[in-house]
Amino acid sequence: MPIPFIQTRALEYTYTAEDGQAISALRGIDLTVGRGEFVALIGPNGSGKSTLARHFNALLLPTAGEVWVDGLLTSDPRHVQAVRQRVGMVFQNPDNQIVAGTVEEDVAFGPENLGVPAAEIRRRVDEALEVVGMTAYRHHPPHMLSGGQKQRVAIAGALATRPDCIVFDEPTSMLDAEGRRQVLQTVQRLNAERGLTVILITQNMDEAALARRVLVMDGGRIVRDGPPEEVLEAPEVEGLGLGRPFAAEVARRLRERGIPLPPGLLTVEALAAALRCTFR
Amino acid sequence: MNLLLPGMYFAADTVLHRLDPRVKMGAATVLMMLPFAARHPLGHLLTVGLVGAAVLLSRAPWRALLGTLRTVFWLGFFMFFFYFFTTPGRPLVALGGVTVTLEGVLAGALQVYRLCLLAVIAALLTYTTSPLQLTHGLEAMLSPLARLGFPAREMGMVMTISLRFVPTFFEEIETLSRAQKARGVDLSSGPPWQRIRNTVPVLVPLFLSAIRRAEDLAVAMEARGFRSQPHRTRLYRLTLTRADAIAALIVLACGGVGIAL
Ligand SMILES: Nc1ncnc2c1ncn2[C@@H]1O[C@H](COP(=O)(O)OP(=O)(O)OP(=O)(O)O)[C@@H](O)[C@H]1O
Ligand SMILES: [Mg+2]
Repeated sequence: MPIPFIQTRALEYTYTAEDGQAISALRGIDLTVGRGEFVALIGPNGSGKSTLARHFNALLLPTAGEVWVDGLLTSDPRHVQAVRQRVGMVFQNPDNQIVAGTVEEDVAFGPENLGVPAAEIRRRVDEALEVVGMTAYRHHPPHMLSGGQKQRVAIAGALATRPDCIVFDEPTSMLDAEGRRQVLQTVQRLNAERGLTVILITQNMDEAALARRVLVMDGGRIVRDGPPEEVLEAPEVEGLGLGRPFAAEVARRLRERGIPLPPGLLTVEALAAALRCTFR
Repeated sequence: MNLLLPGMYFAADTVLHRLDPRVKMGAATVLMMLPFAARHPLGHLLTVGLVGAAVLLSRAPWRALLGTLRTVFWLGFFMFFFYFFTTPGRPLVALGGVTVTLEGVLAGALQVYRLCLLAVIAALLTYTTSPLQLTHGLEAMLSPLARLGFPAREMGMVMTISLRFVPTFFEEIETLSRAQKARGVDLSSGPPWQRIRNTVPVLVPLFLSAIRRAEDLAVAMEARGFRSQPHRTRLYRLTLTRADAIAALIVLACGGVGIAL
């Protein structure tokens, strides 16, 4: 078990709607995410994924229970900036999270808020843009970039505070195929090469299959937690109507036609290897 | 973009482009006051000379600068005629009951000359200073007021974000109008009341999406540690160079001489 980085204990969260009605969005979450993990978070619409994610960097504070980030209690007002420095967030809409008029000034926004000295901001901005491969665009205004490029700028913006973890809330759902590929590649690389803890919220099961651990939420609870091979094909998860990874769907149809294939084939590579075995 | 609209930034690398935005804004203010404050013709000559030199230095296309004058054409036209007919003095010609006076012609011409200079100076400022630089400059100039409780930093943030979203909203208007056109709604012709009514299906979703964006952006900014706190640092700090000092001196000296004459 890796060193715990984010921990929640009996976490509950209740929204108060405009008409005064209470909406219980999280109903008792006990979760530990270790340092350097790559976790996918899936679940139907309204199951509480975004609400949970916003507890990881103190955008929301628990109605009941506790959240610790790197040993810091998020509900302690003195820890808020420290928590936000440690956990970055990238959101769904690429247009609605870029603040400044040029790429590099946007990336500088986080460190500026944390009071980092100018020379150090410069270093971090250059490094973050290098990591996401956007150095050549540093003087561009955001509206001249593609969706995938904007999301990579958003990632650089999150990286510039030198976080240990980035939470991605459906970062690819508004992108075209190429943008999606660019962003996912960046996410995977950050996790593999820099040991960044990644929490990826997604509606796409092929993306979930990239993680080493999948959490399934339903009705404000975590209903399943395990490696993708076990979780994504579990009958109760399939019952939530989230779909299957492409390779898993192909494997299922082949099995229906009488081709014997082992379970847990989530990627095209795994499927191809299994088929080669079967027909040898 | 080969079309240079009034108020648009014209990216180039000239002395004027490199000047500190604060100096440029200050100089523009002085230059804009000169045509009103100068009394002696030499003072006006000095002003025109200075603005002319700035135009040459900016390498802004002539056509574009003349184009900015078009934006003030009607205002100038009416002002000219207002002074033309209403200034008492030595009569030149009488046109069916109204008398045109020499003083009237001169006063009208003076107003038009002032208006043209104002337009050219304002255009020069925006041609040679990016919106971003303007924002930084304004923020820096307002920052002494922060001690008096004026929200200078917040104002800067507001300006930055507004500028950042202008192109986004234009794109959105474009998309929404195209959607209306695809439904056969004509937005550019027909009686005025109909045209106004036809823009409603464009404006309402635009407004809703703006609110949506504002909410998203607020969350994203908070996630990146934005608070209305005293110690934010900046990636760029405006620094004055020798060129800035020289430019400021020239403009101030000319301003002083122009008014004193
Ligand atoms: N600001 C809010 N005010 C009131 N209720 C809210 C608010 N935000 C979310 N909710 C409710 O809380 C529940 C969980 O919402 P949440 O956005 O966390 O779900 P989600 O899993 O992220 O859904 P999606 O897949 O649509 O993004 C939903 O029932 C939702 O209607
Ligand atoms: Mg969500």
